[in-house]
Amino acid sequence: MIAFALPMASEEGGFVPPTVSDTHLPDLFPWMAEYGTGFGKQMLMIVLSIVLITWFFTAAIKNPKLVPGKMQFLAESGYAFVRNGIGRDIIGEKNFRPWIPLLFATFFFILLNNLFGAIPFLQLPSFSHAGSAYAMAIIIYGTWIAVGLKNHGIKFFKLMVMPSGVPGWIMPLMIPLEFISNFIVRPLTHSLRLMATMLAGHMIVMLAAAGARYLIVMQENLAMNGLGVLVIVGSVAMYFLELLIMVLQAFVFALLTAIYIQGAIEADAH
Amino acid sequence: MNSTDFILAAGESVNPLLPNPWEILVTGVGFALLLFIVVKVIAPKFEQSYEDRVTAIEGGLEKAEAAQKEAEETLAQYKAQLLEARTEANRIREEARSEGAQILADLKTKAGDEAARITEQAHRQIDAERSAALASLRSDVGTLATELASKIVDEALQDDARAQRVVDKFLNDLEAQQNAGASN
Repeated sequence: MIAFALPMASEEGGFVPPTVSDTHLPDLFPWMAEYGTGFGKQMLMIVLSIVLITWFFTAAIKNPKLVPGKMQFLAESGYAFVRNGIGRDIIGEKNFRPWIPLLFATFFFILLNNLFGAIPFLQLPSFSHAGSAYAMAIIIYGTWIAVGLKNHGIKFFKLMVMPSGVPGWIMPLMIPLEFISNFIVRPLTHSLRLMATMLAGHMIVMLAAAGARYLIVMQENLAMNGLGVLVIVGSVAMYFLELLIMVLQAFVFALLTAIYIQGAIEADAH
Repeated sequence: MNSTDFILAAGESVNPLLPNPWEILVTGVGFALLLFIVVKVIAPKFEQSYEDRVTAIEGGLEKAEAAQKEAEETLAQYKAQLLEARTEANRIREEARSEGAQILADLKTKAGDEAARITEQAHRQIDAERSAALASLRSDVGTLATELASKIVDEALQDDARAQRVVDKFLNDLEAQQNAGASN
């Protein structure tokens, strides 16, 4: 992280770069004594996202019209995107229907929580906190294994670690590799990919803000002030890049969820 | 102090990979709640709306197709009826023509017959009248002749029976003479 690479400045009383600690905002109910471990803003945002998603989608479909209004159209487009674009295309026409709610909830839950990072005052992508990302990954991981066991019984584990069509002598190598790849690395990458991109984006926003403030307010030099303005302009571009990444990561997370479920349903097919 | 120490220091204060248990709890429970709402309320409503739309569109198409089919059928029916009507009209016209000719022929025959009948009747009547006239003439002529003769020969021939005989003889002679003249 860039913040760690600039330690010397703080010693001289100059620029203090933001650190990961700053992504942990003060706790509202500090039931847990340690800083950053209580019930804080991030958790309120999780709750807010649930309320908003529920409100939007129930209000949009309250009185469904044959010819939808703007809100219904937007909601239906979103629903159809997850239903057809992620669910049907990945899991397949035959099995995708029961998984629509999970994919829908996953996608919009993560999407909205990511977009919180782009909304002024909220300005924090919830999934930049590892706990939330882990929770989501655990849910999907559990679902994946449950689906596999339901469809293939205990043979599911064998199917997952022993790819078919591989010569027998390579199996001693394949089995540990496949085990690590599927059962250990998979949930970690699934969660950390989301958490790391969100945290990095958040850090960039914080760094740009702190840097620009330092350059404009703290420095007497006009050139430095101008540089600060440039940092702000640059941060606007970064903001839009972040916006793209936020949507993309939500999509990737939901897409991987669909891929995992499809893999569990048709574990014997590959 | 080198930078590694700072990384360690920062890591010690807050390691971004170490989760806050509250986050896991809130996210997990929150997501479960959201999933429950989606399963129970949102997804069924969207699916229903989608189904309704599909039904409405397909229904509309079917209805339009049915209407089209019906229109075509009606058109075909009308055309068939029109053709039938035309054939019928032609047939009736033809029939009427032949019937008219028949009637005309009948009337002609009938009129001919009637004319013949009337002619015959007239002939018969004329014959009868001629006979009657002949008889009456015969008696009148006889009377007149007798009267004339009696005037001429005075009362000599007052005897009726005799006079009658004379007249008859005279007339028979006259007739015979006439017949002989006719045969000549």
